[in-house]
Amino acid sequence: MIKTPAWIQIERRPSPSGWTVFAISVVAILLALIVAGLFFQFYGVSALRAYGDIIKGAFGSRLGLTETVRRMIPLLVIGVGLTVAFRALFWNIGAEGQLLMGAVVASGIALFSGLPDPLLIPAMFLGAFAAGALWGIGPAILKAKLGINDVITTLMLNYVAIYVVHWLILGPWKGPTMRGFPYTDKFPTAAFLPMLGGTRIHLPTLAIGLAGALVLYFVVKKTRVGFEIRVVGENPDAAKYAGISQTKITVLAMVISGGLAGVAGVGEVAGVHHMLLNPSSIALSYGYTAIIVAWLARRNPLAVILTSFLFGVIMRGGDVIKISLGLPFQLVNVFNGLILFFLIGSEVLIRYRIRFGTVKETS
Amino acid sequence: MSWESWLISTISRTLAYGTPLLLATLGEIYAERSGVLNLGVEGMMIVGALTGFAVAGKTGNPWLGVLAAGVVSGVFSLIHAFASVTLRANQVVSGLALTMLGLGLSGVIGRAYEGRPLMNTLDEISIPLLEKIPVLGPAIFQDQSPLVYVGIIMAILLWFVLFKTRIGISIRAVGEDPATADSLGINVSRVRYLCVMVGGVLAGIAGAYLSVAYRPSWTDGMTAGMGWIVIALTIFAFWNPISGMFGAYFFAALFVLSFRLQAWLSPELLKAMPYLLAIVVLIVVSRGTLQKRMGAPSALSLPYTRGED
Amino acid sequence: MASKESVPLAVQLSGIVKRFPGVVANDGVSLIVARGEIHCLLGENGAGKTTLMRILYGLYQPDDGEIFLHGKPIRIPSPRAALDHRIGMVHQHFHLVPTLSVEENIVLGLSEGTGPFLRFKKTRQKLRRLADEYGLDVDPTAKIWQLTVGQQQRVEILKALYRDADILIMDEPTSVLTPQEVDALFGTLRTLVEAGLTIIFITHKLDEVMEISNRVTVLRKGKAVATVNTDESSKAELARLMVGREVVFRVEKKPPQLGEKILHVEDLHALNDRGLPALRGMSFDLSGGEILGVAGVSGNGQHELSEVLTGLRKATKGKAILGAHDLTQCSARTIADLGVAHVPTERIRVGTVPSMSVRENLILKSYRSREFCKWSILDERAAHENACRAIKEYEISAPHDGTPVGNLSGGNIQRLVLARELSGSPKFVVAAHPTYGLDVGATEQVRVVLLAQRDRGAGILLISEDLDEVFQISDRVLVIYEGQVMGIVRAEEANLEEIGLMMAGSYRQAVAE
Repeated sequence: MIKTPAWIQIERRPSPSGWTVFAISVVAILLALIVAGLFFQFYGVSALRAYGDIIKGAFGSRLGLTETVRRMIPLLVIGVGLTVAFRALFWNIGAEGQLLMGAVVASGIALFSGLPDPLLIPAMFLGAFAAGALWGIGPAILKAKLGINDVITTLMLNYVAIYVVHWLILGPWKGPTMRGFPYTDKFPTAAFLPMLGGTRIHLPTLAIGLAGALVLYFVVKKTRVGFEIRVVGENPDAAKYAGISQTKITVLAMVISGGLAGVAGVGEVAGVHHMLLNPSSIALSYGYTAIIVAWLARRNPLAVILTSFLFGVIMRGGDVIKISLGLPFQLVNVFNGLILFFLIGSEVLIRYRIRFGTVKETS
Repeated sequence: MSWESWLISTISRTLAYGTPLLLATLGEIYAERSGVLNLGVEGMMIVGALTGFAVAGKTGNPWLGVLAAGVVSGVFSLIHAFASVTLRANQVVSGLALTMLGLGLSGVIGRAYEGRPLMNTLDEISIPLLEKIPVLGPAIFQDQSPLVYVGIIMAILLWFVLFKTRIGISIRAVGEDPATADSLGINVSRVRYLCVMVGGVLAGIAGAYLSVAYRPSWTDGMTAGMGWIVIALTIFAFWNPISGMFGAYFFAALFVLSFRLQAWLSPELLKAMPYLLAIVVLIVVSRGTLQKRMGAPSALSLPYTRGED
Repeated sequence: MASKESVPLAVQLSGIVKRFPGVVANDGVSLIVARGEIHCLLGENGAGKTTLMRILYGLYQPDDGEIFLHGKPIRIPSPRAALDHRIGMVHQHFHLVPTLSVEENIVLGLSEGTGPFLRFKKTRQKLRRLADEYGLDVDPTAKIWQLTVGQQQRVEILKALYRDADILIMDEPTSVLTPQEVDALFGTLRTLVEAGLTIIFITHKLDEVMEISNRVTVLRKGKAVATVNTDESSKAELARLMVGREVVFRVEKKPPQLGEKILHVEDLHALNDRGLPALRGMSFDLSGGEILGVAGVSGNGQHELSEVLTGLRKATKGKAILGAHDLTQCSARTIADLGVAHVPTERIRVGTVPSMSVRENLILKSYRSREFCKWSILDERAAHENACRAIKEYEISAPHDGTPVGNLSGGNIQRLVLARELSGSPKFVVAAHPTYGLDVGATEQVRVVLLAQRDRGAGILLISEDLDEVFQISDRVLVIYEGQVMGIVRAEEANLEEIGLMMAGSYRQAVAE
């Protein structure tokens, strides 16, 4: 008699319920946190202490909570836009660059436009939206017209944007009052975004993020354009068959996604730094982290409010641990990477059911 | 500087800068030929750079550092292989996750090594006789890291394996039509795991080249986006190792020239050129209807499930 | 099988069970195949034939049951194991890598000879021997994508023979061939059997069963219903076994009430996806109240024709006039708005969005109309009422109108597509393979619906590979070969042999009005 090993069989699950998805996602995040905890232990830091510090730092005080929200804002604004791009089946990995271009244009308007004070901030938002959108439209057209891989083009443009910012702050826009540091001059105060009393929460950007979540949820679910976006994203062949222009929809999705990423850039330069500076200080991988935010929200703009808060906590955690345990901020990337892996792993559990076949006997 | 010595030093530096691009591109070509898109090159390279630096420093033997970098990055790449082959997860997301994880881990663990000098670096060699050839000798065969030659040999070897051996046919078949390969008894998962690992090992060695030979030191994020150029190069080379070699040197030449053209254009903008160029190349290439025939693997980034054609 | 017990067995499957989510594809199937016979596996689409053979070839693992080979129990965990047991399979969709050469495809996965290097000299010698022996000639250095379909099939057979297969499974091998190529294939199969091979031949075509097989096992809904000796059976008996009732091969058809000419196609040219000419100067007319059937072997331009007429593919030359418009100059959306309905070839991949609801799929083309969309906002109540109407009228069986279409059965998806496409009383209907893969009941319903549209006055272009279907419901039949019209005949005057010759491109006939 030969015993043959049990076979793992993987079957497609028809359509999982919202609760299944939610529960599986929560478990995935917890598992990622446990693995990250093991990493802490291995590194000689008590995981309990680290997580304690993160929770205290993120929620324990008014300052902590507001800092978490400050971190959350760019993730929310970008993430909301990314849900639309992802719905239209466009892999926008370029939010980082779109954010930077928004920051560049907003800085240009703040520093050099000479607009009257009350118009300054609205102009900065509009200009940044346009800049981010333009940075995003290129890859959209290339994909729709020539079939060029969106992942590659959006990624490459991130690096172009980074070097554009470098060039500006080292060259033409280098601030004369900054004693040789690679920054622009400080913005005029009329270009400072209004803050929530005594915090660093820049209100207009937060408001755009929250409103964007609500509006886009409605647009995608209930409107004609939303219907077209969903058809293109779920089945491009059917979209063509139904006479929906994929080019139009892809470009539109990228105007929204790129534009919102540009808006996030205004928040960072006009709400936080009040100048244009080193790209890695402005963007801080918000553009990449927002991909996880949108992915975890399962492309639902409303859910982004929740998931961006979660990643706000993680980024705030990075700040806290840097001070309390002396670990580098790069740790945030470890969290992000692990969470992302566990999420895509969990995706399998959502799409498929795993079944263990019986042990068969052959005589 | 005389015209001749300008040429010599430009070629010589191009080879030096192009080598990590070449090694990592060869790896990515293998991964993609088997049907797996791995956007984790940047992460695998940085992990290799740190490993190489740390092991070379600890053991005093730079070759051990290079070897360890290959092994560690190879193992590291298995995460992506597991996610994309076994779990059939989205390869774009998985690759990004690998890069994030690599950057994060190397940033945290590497902090202890920041700013430390490396006592035993991988020394440059000259090839006897060949170095005597006028112009070409000093440009190519004098004072180069041995890894430069490893890169060239690897390119030829991997080209041969891909197109002239049984293993190569299997790899191409798996990337082109996994159902067919499977029906002939080729283990699709094994081939894909193996190719992703080849990618990991080579990316690791490429990273170690940076930290042990090219600029012997460790700084956080020292790969500086090279991994993304590799992704573009793979397409640029039409998934062919020999073209990959020329592509890598071409991009490297652009980079080297960007320093030499500083008088006319700012170096920041010149550094953006390879990325813009990659997009231009994609546009040019997309116009050819022959793209398919030229090597783009049909099953790239598509997970395979037996019996779901 | 009483008379065959003395003959040694090649394959014995007993009690094979294979479940997929929601379906039992094989429900305790037993099958006995004698050595040296051609054994047909007959059944409708979805009866479980291919699943059963994929189990024998190691592509699927059975949930229950046993496999015996030459009397010994074996387990076949993978295709490699099947090949080691000298079982080969020629799939319906060929398993050849298009960018590799014939010989590279042949040696793919083999580990013969020494070391990893390729020695094609030996390969070529062996190929030549096989080619001579069985009349299977192909150029070993040609790339697969350069070969015709018939040649590709030869490569598939060679591949199995090269691996010393002595049991060969052929999955619907004739579906892509011309009648002449079918004859050549049957000749080859007979030679193979004479040389001692055993062949299992999957088909749903009765004529083929009668012509080629020694014995036949009929599968119905995942169960083996009978095994009979072919020469002791008849087409009528097999048909009854296959569908489980007496087949009525006729649908009620009234004489046509021809209206005005609605479509005039002239010198139409178009390219296929590979950029090669697919339509080469097609011309024909279509009147209201008539069904024009398009008969032809698949891949002769039918697909491209349906796409050009519905705006999904650009014509390179020629025109297609519908009323005041030239369809070759219109977008898909304009054409749909002109009252052209399109039942696409791949109804799930192209005709629906599987992850979206029945309700949403039913307005896939009309969501912009005043009826369903006000001020850019979709009117869900109107969509819901529309869905309820369609579900009732076309008997779509779905739990409710919010169910994703992907969860419906093939027949119900086709009903949904028909409900949507025929909802606006279209002038002109392009129906491509409207009954492909449907069970008998659904097939009949679809045909009745199409005839009703014709009687209402619509002009219908019916593209189908099922010749029976074409002749049953068409008024005229157009035969297409390599993108050209070989002839147009009245359905009731058609001569099957002539049609076959036209389909093979060897006979051209004057066009019937």
